Amino acid sequence: MNRKEITVFEDLLGSNKKIANELRHYLRAKGIFTINLMSSPGSGKTSLIEKLIDHLWPQHPLAVIEGDIETDLDAARIRAKGVPAWQITTGGACHLEAKMIARIIREIPEKTEFLFIENVGNLVCPASYDLGENLRFVLLSIPEGEDKPLKYPKAFLTAQGLIITKIDLLGPISFDLDKVKEEARKINPTLVIFTTSSRTGEGIKEFATYLIQQRQRFQENNA
Amino acid sequence: MHELSLIASLFEILEAQKAEKGFTKITAIKLRCGVFSGVVPECLEAAFEVYKKDTFASEAKLILEVVPVKFRCRRCQQIETAYDLPFFCPVCQSKDVEILDGTELTLVSFEAEI
Repeated sequence: MNRKEITVFEDLLGSNKKIANELRHYLRAKGIFTINLMSSPGSGKTSLIEKLIDHLWPQHPLAVIEGDIETDLDAARIRAKGVPAWQITTGGACHLEAKMIARIIREIPEKTEFLFIENVGNLVCPASYDLGENLRFVLLSIPEGEDKPLKYPKAFLTAQGLIITKIDLLGPISFDLDKVKEEARKINPTLVIFTTSSRTGEGIKEFATYLIQQRQRFQENNA
Repeated sequence: MHELSLIASLFEILEAQKAEKGFTKITAIKLRCGVFSGVVPECLEAAFEVYKKDTFASEAKLILEVVPVKFRCRRCQQIETAYDLPFFCPVCQSKDVEILDGTELTLVSFEAEI
């Protein structure tokens, strides 16, 4: 019996990246602009999507994929607004993978302009998985505290933007907004930062307008 | 804790190698793990120990090579390495850097009995 060393040099996330690139190609051809939302559980991802729907729907057709470990509660909230939504229950897995998105991507209606993918509530693992998105946004809510960018750097490093949510709680909860922005930009100087409140509606219109502009640019680049 | 998913991907690659090269047993696996790969080496090792049972790699040892982050300063083009955040250029102090290396998790090689 001979022992032999076999050189491979293969990325363990290579198969996910390959599927993500196929998704990106498919979504681009369909004119669907995709946003991957990542955050800790309870930072307001679903509420933000609900509020964005109020600004975008039905003039800008959109679809939502909800990732959770269990239940279809989030997809039901989106469907209640008349928007097509799919629930992926990972059954314990802490992140969404491109192959999970690939299973449902062809069900998304024609003429959809925006696809929101709400990742499983977790600031660690989702950061490693490309889902074929155009934009990746991290949400950080005021009650979570201002130390999250430094504690979970990869999520902030791989994102294009940060949304500081529940801004209406600024005041009752001690939170240094300037400091968190500065620390997030220490990790990723190119981060686009929004502040929102799904309760008062603050900042939602600005974010919706930004997304419309970004999609327009994406369409122009595709033309 | 997505290390188990990553080990499952590792075994997919090894299965394909086995089908192609026809070995019976793997005795060692070398992985290169960037400090910014999002992986905890201890969790990866624990996941490997669980996953390898009753497979062709049941006796294999996992060898992890941890590599630092390598980045290029976008302002002055200096290339540097770092093990920790924040990444900034020691020459011009700019924080605007492009990461070149250190986020990867790569199967470098394995040792098989043929």
